[in-house]
Amino acid sequence: MDSAKAAISMRNITKTFGSVVANEKVSLDIHKGEILSLLGENGSGKTTLMNILSGIYYPDAGHIIVNGQEVTIRSPRDVYDLGIGMVHQHFKLVDVLTAAENIILGMPGKGKLDLKAVGDKIRSICALYGFEVNPEQKIYDMSVSQKQTVEIVKVLFRGASILILDEPTAVLTPQETKKLFCVLRNMKNDGKAVVIITHKLHEVEEISDRVVVLRRGQYVGELATKDTNAAEMTNMMVGHQVSLNIARPEPKDPKPRLVVDHLTVKDPDGITKLEDVSFTAYSGEVLGIAGISGCGQKELLEAVAGLQPFEAGTIQYIDPKTGKSVELAGKDPREIFAMGVMLSFVPEDRLGMGLVGNMDLTNNMMLRSFRNGKSMFTDRKTPRKLARHVVKELDVNTPGLTIPVRRLSGGNVQKVLVGREISSSPTVLMTAYAVRGLDINSSYTIYDLINQQKEKGVAVIFVGEDLDVLLELCDKILVLCDGKVSGILAGKDADKNEVGLLMTKHGEDNNDDSNS
Amino acid sequence: MIQTHKEPFVRIAKRDSISIWHSWLIRIVGLVLALVVSAFVIFAIVHLNPFKVYEAMFEGNFGSKRRTWVTLRDIAMLLCIGIGLAPAFKMRFWNIGAEGQILVGGLATAAVMIYFGKALPTWTLLLISFVVSGIAGAVWGAIPATFKARYGTNETLFTLMMNYVAIQLTSYFVAIWENPFGSNTVGIINQKTQVGWFPPVLGQKYLLNVIIVLALTVIMYIYLRYSKHGYEIAVVGESDNTARYIGINVKRVIIRTMMLSGAICGLAGFIAVAGASHTISTSTAGGRGFTAIIVAWLAKFNTFMMILVAGLLVFLEKGAIQIASQYNLNDYASQMITGIILFFILGSEFFTQYRLIFRSGKEEN
Repeated sequence: MDSAKAAISMRNITKTFGSVVANEKVSLDIHKGEILSLLGENGSGKTTLMNILSGIYYPDAGHIIVNGQEVTIRSPRDVYDLGIGMVHQHFKLVDVLTAAENIILGMPGKGKLDLKAVGDKIRSICALYGFEVNPEQKIYDMSVSQKQTVEIVKVLFRGASILILDEPTAVLTPQETKKLFCVLRNMKNDGKAVVIITHKLHEVEEISDRVVVLRRGQYVGELATKDTNAAEMTNMMVGHQVSLNIARPEPKDPKPRLVVDHLTVKDPDGITKLEDVSFTAYSGEVLGIAGISGCGQKELLEAVAGLQPFEAGTIQYIDPKTGKSVELAGKDPREIFAMGVMLSFVPEDRLGMGLVGNMDLTNNMMLRSFRNGKSMFTDRKTPRKLARHVVKELDVNTPGLTIPVRRLSGGNVQKVLVGREISSSPTVLMTAYAVRGLDINSSYTIYDLINQQKEKGVAVIFVGEDLDVLLELCDKILVLCDGKVSGILAGKDADKNEVGLLMTKHGEDNNDDSNS
Repeated sequence: MIQTHKEPFVRIAKRDSISIWHSWLIRIVGLVLALVVSAFVIFAIVHLNPFKVYEAMFEGNFGSKRRTWVTLRDIAMLLCIGIGLAPAFKMRFWNIGAEGQILVGGLATAAVMIYFGKALPTWTLLLISFVVSGIAGAVWGAIPATFKARYGTNETLFTLMMNYVAIQLTSYFVAIWENPFGSNTVGIINQKTQVGWFPPVLGQKYLLNVIIVLALTVIMYIYLRYSKHGYEIAVVGESDNTARYIGINVKRVIIRTMMLSGAICGLAGFIAVAGASHTISTSTAGGRGFTAIIVAWLAKFNTFMMILVAGLLVFLEKGAIQIASQYNLNDYASQMITGIILFFILGSEFFTQYRLIFRSGKEEN
């Protein structure tokens, strides 16, 4: 570590939140003209460390040296002066403003706003690195990847020479990821320093020059990317040997469980969210649903769960015991449950829909069962038992049962939610982005749980974003594009590029033979 | 050129958790500080002996048996409204229409007392008043709740506006029930017969008020904490989406809970009319519907904590009135003292949640 040459050196950074140590004496160098991957499990302190660098948190102890001079970073405003820019995982843009307006938001300037000059400067930045941004376009009209581009241009516009990207590829298709990496390489060649936080090891291998691994808030070590491989990095992250294969047991005796026929959903503004979607989910199979986010995945699952009214179509549930089919259309979740349909749903918004963030574990377990019994009072003993069981079985890392679930880390929150959902012995299990934001260990726990359910004969619907996972885990993959089914492929034979193309409508030709 | 800044002088960090004795220690320190600071203010501005002033405040509340009971009656009243607001606020439904709900409850009670006062005995009247005032309050709560549930209207504006409707309605009935003619007041209802008044219990005029409100305190605590309805209220308050996800009928819960909230505020009107003033006017609620918002929030919707908060607020108010009259101060001087004490007590709540970190790295409080 040669701090003289480094663009930024962080020395012995410590940050605690109450009794939780997020970073403990972490030291790190960031060099110019280099792409650095910051790797670590959930809760290992990657984001905290970078938030300290971008002025969101103030460290309890430690020094930050920028270009050889020690600095104190008090707020995000100080950070711009130092030439550091961070692109957060959750975009921080104002939807109703244009790209240009977002980019200059909060910048000092004279009374009169010259948006034309701003637009010109944006275009010159875009030309330099190969971005595509229309400065006059409103944010709400943009796709996720366009929004991300605006975020990156925003920090470059402010003269950032050090760029931090927190999980930039989580929401992108393979093609968009490639484009992003191309831009990042251009920046690197321009002498900028780039730090990328990610979970995806193959991306680390593809893009970065150097890898720094954090574990439980501590610096574990660093590697030159060319000298390492996925297995070694995983072991450093986790601290022990991990197998990186996802099992895909053969489906046993698959029978139709859920038949969705010509489903069409419109949102309150009359915009079509799902159009003529038909498929069948079989017992003992994992049906993967791929697609760019916002292509109707949410509406599809919510329609089945009775949360989303729909224009047309039917959803038939076939009871495994009697073989009779019942119609789920027009029923709310309570009525569906009352009909004896054991439908479990792990929604995308874990703390905003699946759980109540401010309630403790026991109270969250009660969500599904609190109506049981005739008494007007709630039974807390059974859910407490269930909470204890889930914590033990799924190895949830929690200080106790009375802690609000929002205080748990992402992986543990998900374990609590999945644990509750599978505790009711479902016959259909729907999961939306079940491993989003989860580290390797927790992700594999979730895959195992899904496979266990599959082997019990549950029809699993798995909405995912990581194509590698979808291809390894699912028996069938349904690809959604703009609310339409653009293809249904067998998991074994599907090819990543083929799925990627179907996701982006580039595969119009494939539409003919799939559905319609 | 890189600009460097100094580390900020003081930073605020959230506490992880705090033991009960520590949080009470902070509160007691806050109270002591409040008394010390207002002692200086009293001495500096009005040149009085602060200890005498504090004694007067105490006298104003508990100086005689009668005063003590009036204090208890007023605490019970404020507490009752706070209890009424608790379920609505727990559901994140900002019911600021307690004033109106109290008034319509009071109106209903006055109507029963006036129209049936000659025909029915006291206990029957009380029972009817109890029911009718509850229904009146419930209706007053259900109207904004229905609009919120169906059309997503803003409940703060709606409940606030309902207050003015209730005030106008009260003016109208005061004009109709005017007694004696030309006084523009209703006068004391059934003054001679005392029919429909709260009867003395164990010789105490206001004991029944206290008993009813204490019963409500316990019932509401259990309702919010242990009943299925209470659980639904908590879920709806925390997240609309989660409520839908588990099949709670959100609209129904909103309307039901606001009816309950309005009904208890209506009962407060019943207690105010039948149990305290025995008359009705546009000032029957007297701003307590708003003061009770502070009570509910400070107690974090825990009805037992509300007893303490309501007690403190009533104590300060009565104390202020007493020192104003005893020392011939104007109201502003005595209200300043109330303000200082409240400021410190509320401020100590901040320090139970956050701590300060000074530049040296030392931590305080």
